[in-house]
Amino acid sequence: MKKLAFSAAILALTAGAAFADGHGRTIRMGTEGAYPPYNFINDDGEVDGFERVLGDELCARAGLTCEWVTNDWDSIIPNLTSGNYDTIIAGMSITDERDEVIDFTQDYIPPTPSIYVALSEDADLMGGVIAAQANTIQSGYIAESGATLLEYATPDETVAAVRNGEADAVFADVDFLTDITDEDDELMVVGDPVPLGGGVGMGLRETDGELLEMFNAAITSMKEDGTLNALLVEWFGDDIPTYE
Amino acid sequence: MFEFCAEPSTLDTWPWFACYLTNGVHLLFYQSFLTVLMLLAITAPVALAFGFVGAAASRSHIAPLRWLGKLYTSMVRGVPDIAFFLFFVIALDQALEWINHQIQCPDWDEPIRQGANFIVCQAAKIPLSSAPQWVHEVYNYFIAVFTFSIVFGAFAANVLFGAMRAVPRAQLETAEAYGMTRRQTFWRILVPQMWVYALPGLSNLWMILIKATPLLFLLGVEDIVYWARELGGSRTSQYAYPHPDWRLWYFLALLVFYLGFTRVSEIALTRITRRLSHGQATAGGEAQRKAAA
Repeated sequence: MKKLAFSAAILALTAGAAFADGHGRTIRMGTEGAYPPYNFINDDGEVDGFERVLGDELCARAGLTCEWVTNDWDSIIPNLTSGNYDTIIAGMSITDERDEVIDFTQDYIPPTPSIYVALSEDADLMGGVIAAQANTIQSGYIAESGATLLEYATPDETVAAVRNGEADAVFADVDFLTDITDEDDELMVVGDPVPLGGGVGMGLRETDGELLEMFNAAITSMKEDGTLNALLVEWFGDDIPTYE
Repeated sequence: MFEFCAEPSTLDTWPWFACYLTNGVHLLFYQSFLTVLMLLAITAPVALAFGFVGAAASRSHIAPLRWLGKLYTSMVRGVPDIAFFLFFVIALDQALEWINHQIQCPDWDEPIRQGANFIVCQAAKIPLSSAPQWVHEVYNYFIAVFTFSIVFGAFAANVLFGAMRAVPRAQLETAEAYGMTRRQTFWRILVPQMWVYALPGLSNLWMILIKATPLLFLLGVEDIVYWARELGGSRTSQYAYPHPDWRLWYFLALLVFYLGFTRVSEIALTRITRRLSHGQATAGGEAQRKAAA
């Protein structure tokens, strides 16, 4: 029965092949869907956030058909290289380490600092327990800083760890954390902001040079006509650094 | 869902919850319960079939077939579930794409493996990247069901193999004395009698299978545990329904679901045991005979 359904599915898929070729390629946009306001699943169950709006606009400018896919942060790069989707657009900072495995477009969010958030002013940031999301530039920074790193798979869990006392503080992007501290009187920003990373860009497979050029051109055009700046201010507020 | 849900922030507690619990993401959450139940409904019989074939092969008189059956049960049982799920699914997916690639794009000259990248031509992608998202989801789902069936089939094969050996030798000898062939003895005497011996082992497997469904998320299928974690996490006013960390309540609901489901299973399994013991040369069958007399 299962086998039957399986071969039926394959038949249906191969039958669609001839049809699809005439329409060019559909670009599958991979995102995490758990990092407001960058990207999140809204109450209707759809991908929403700054990167949804940006990605749709970039696809429109490049004349591409795009489809949104969510994937766990931990396996977001392996699933790109194995071909489950074609781009990563998930608030991913451009780093040398990642650049060895995948290619990045130019940045569409300028480098922003990361901050610590804790329950009290006197939280020990240098020697205490700091929560950060696994496989991020923030977790890399904490591992080097001398504090004890406590890693979580999702951003939400890192904040929950501070609320329930498992960690002394959480270290993450300023735009993600300020949205939370604005609405929670118990949490506060402590210590100084730390400038990290080379801005946020889209990740693509290294073999996808043509697609990379299309997205780079689309980002450039959005930077030039000021729509990108307007979008940044709309989603991240007036404090976000913008492009000249 | 309801008309009064247009402005959630203005609602009282009860209408707010009525709207909250029926919004889009919650409907996906409820749907994932069906996903899990369907997985069980498909996997259980398919795994049983795999197990039956595996057990029959393991006691075959043809050596290569016997080796194959033994290899299947011992290999799959020996590999940790998580490793098997991560490795096998990716390997299966890439094998299918590779075969499809050889058929669709014979003139392709670039290497398929380029470092970590696995690149086949666009026409060979399964499913095609232009296919709608639900096709991708259905494909992932069936890969997941297939993988679950192989893993649990190996355990079932071992249980059935043991059960086949537990059928009293006298029964088979009698069949042979009546002039039945090997095939007849297998189907008419051995198979009908082995189930009562297999049942305790199979019911264990069923219980483990029920609880193993969160492994689905490893395979990219959004199951009930994924949604409970996702929905229970605290929400800022970026969302229409902001709330603090409610994961405890969501996981409590899952606890009730799983406990309820295992209880129902236990009742059903007890009934099946009673039915199968009827007229058998076991303690259970004997007890039934005495009670009736």
